[in-house]
Amino acid sequence: MRDARGISTMIVSMMRRSAIGFSLSVALGAALPALASDGGHSQPKPPLQQWSFAGMFGRYDAAQLKRGFKVYKEVCSSCHSLQHLAFRNLAEKGGPQFSEAEAKAIAESYKIKDGPNDQGEYFERPGRLSDRFPPPFPNEQAARAAFNGAYPPDMSVLAKARGFSRGFPLFLADALPGFSYQEHGVDYIVALLNGYTDAPHGVELPAGQYYNVYMPGHRIGMPPPLSDGVVTYDDGAAQTADQYSKDVSAFLMWAAEPHLDERKEIGLRVALFLIVLSVLAYFTKRKIWEQAH
Amino acid sequence: MSGHSTYTPKSGFARWLERRLPILGFLHESFVAYPVPKNLNYLWTFGAILSVMLIAQILTGVVLTMHYTPETTLAFDSIEHIMRDVNWGWALRYAHANGASMFFLAVYIHIFRGMYYGSYKEPREVLWILGVVIFMLMMATGFLGYVLPWGQMSFWAATVITNLFTAIPVVGNSITTWLLGGYSVDNATLNRFFALHYLLPFVILAVVGLHVWALHVTGQNNPTGVEVKEMKKETLPFTPYATLKDSVGVAVFLLLYAWLTFFVPNYTGHPDNYIEANPLVTPPHIVPEWYFLPFYAILRAIPSKLVGVIALFASILIVAALPWLDTSKVRSGVFRPLFKKFFWAFVAVSVGLGYLGAQPAEGVYLFAARVLTACYFLYFLVVLPLLGKYEKTLPEPKSIAAALQSGESAHA
Repeated sequence: MRDARGISTMIVSMMRRSAIGFSLSVALGAALPALASDGGHSQPKPPLQQWSFAGMFGRYDAAQLKRGFKVYKEVCSSCHSLQHLAFRNLAEKGGPQFSEAEAKAIAESYKIKDGPNDQGEYFERPGRLSDRFPPPFPNEQAARAAFNGAYPPDMSVLAKARGFSRGFPLFLADALPGFSYQEHGVDYIVALLNGYTDAPHGVELPAGQYYNVYMPGHRIGMPPPLSDGVVTYDDGAAQTADQYSKDVSAFLMWAAEPHLDERKEIGLRVALFLIVLSVLAYFTKRKIWEQAH
Repeated sequence: MSGHSTYTPKSGFARWLERRLPILGFLHESFVAYPVPKNLNYLWTFGAILSVMLIAQILTGVVLTMHYTPETTLAFDSIEHIMRDVNWGWALRYAHANGASMFFLAVYIHIFRGMYYGSYKEPREVLWILGVVIFMLMMATGFLGYVLPWGQMSFWAATVITNLFTAIPVVGNSITTWLLGGYSVDNATLNRFFALHYLLPFVILAVVGLHVWALHVTGQNNPTGVEVKEMKKETLPFTPYATLKDSVGVAVFLLLYAWLTFFVPNYTGHPDNYIEANPLVTPPHIVPEWYFLPFYAILRAIPSKLVGVIALFASILIVAALPWLDTSKVRSGVFRPLFKKFFWAFVAVSVGLGYLGAQPAEGVYLFAARVLTACYFLYFLVVLPLLGKYEKTLPEPKSIAAALQSGESAHA
């Protein structure tokens, strides 16, 4: 008992003493970004979206992932590969959860290069569940040649490969239980997909380049990919560019992090176990230490 | 230090073994009977926490090795293979990556605890220096491990850090080429980094053995900084007392570790490391992992590359010189009112340098980094040597027993 009180008084006194140092570093942290000049190249911060998979209890919305896959397949996949994803993933738990027959049908709609066969020749065959999504171009150079030298990035981990900092002090809150924010990447993708505007006066864009407020440097080789009605939904969701951008971003998040549902589910159990363990360990310790005095 | 009880083997096998290899007696003496001061607070549980983290890193690391491919065209894909296709692969990899962060968090608390309570002072200098050696090995291991996923940050961090060695006069370029196994970071580099990343944790394990050995010779410091005088009255046997207290510390720490691993696993990482390494594209900002940021800020604060590199290494090595830089006769910061203020200012300086290490090295950021770098070194080279001479310290308790008694009556 004495011990618990001892530690709490220690922490309190440490906090009091560190007040000076703390306020110094807080003031420093707050003042610096304000003072620092950015060369006028900065982008606005992407607006935060509501995601079913955000937070401690967040899970993917299978219907949204299905819609997002449709957008990927009908729009993105003509330029962007998805090389780390296999067709079987589409039927797995915590994903779009297509039935196995549906996933198989999707696989079979793709042509996969295979070989060499007994004759030593390469051939094409319909895809199987175990195959990965084939790239739209045979190699990077072929893609660059088709897009004025730009290379549409692979989309497998894109949602984790993009992000932005919310700056001091919000970036600290991003890690905290209850406040945690880990959706920088998907929010950025939604913002980018909707971020096309006319170039401001005086900005010259080379041929094949577009102006996007969220793109670093504002110049992007990708033409605005989405417009209202380009993809037909059969579940009654709004067929707007805004809805498409959210659905396809959610799909890309799942593609980048296919085990998110499982991770958070197991995480809750692990956390619960450790809370119980901590409490039991604490009271056992207290009981034992009573003999010490 | 002599223990509370001596080990007497109970079973026939234990007696048989004890006469041939007294390992059970050794373990009993080290982890059961070993006397610990009664008045240790929870900051003293970080030794156990660090041991747990080291073992966790080795275990997750060994299994990850079974699925990882250290080859430039396959490394990035093999990480994705682990994340997607390997059973529990995502858990192993996130636990290992965040384990490194938690390991460093724990070691920083452990080091600051030692600095506050003067744990480096006579007769614990060798114990302290071994700790600094462990810290440096950890930094090397952490850096090498960060390169293995072969993302953009991996590649460019490796390029920036190995490039530091070119600052060495005359032989710098040759040394760098030798370290890299070529003229730039490439497959040879990745292979040797992988080999060393697997080797160094076991070197750490060995030095931890020495660290614990040295600890068990001198005994633990304690919040009063006064040495144990009466073994029976002032200490308790390690088991069950310290073991249980350590268990509480470890359990709470694991909770934090689990939070990071399962709910915000990419928080400490950088999005660019999910882009495969590309020698032709330099990221706009090359940033190391958070635990290197204060040192990175010091490196960049100095305009001359060679001096910057020297300052970087000096900022770590100077910690090993603490037993001789701190001239105070009083060990614990509890009884040093002025020292306390400087100590917390030093903590703030270190955190500030960490913040600046993540910002671009220009304008006010650069200026602030220079000021704080100066403060960092002044603390060791001017403040500590002078404080010991001029500070008016508070009276220390006569013994741990006396401190415990006055503490008890104060709380009664």
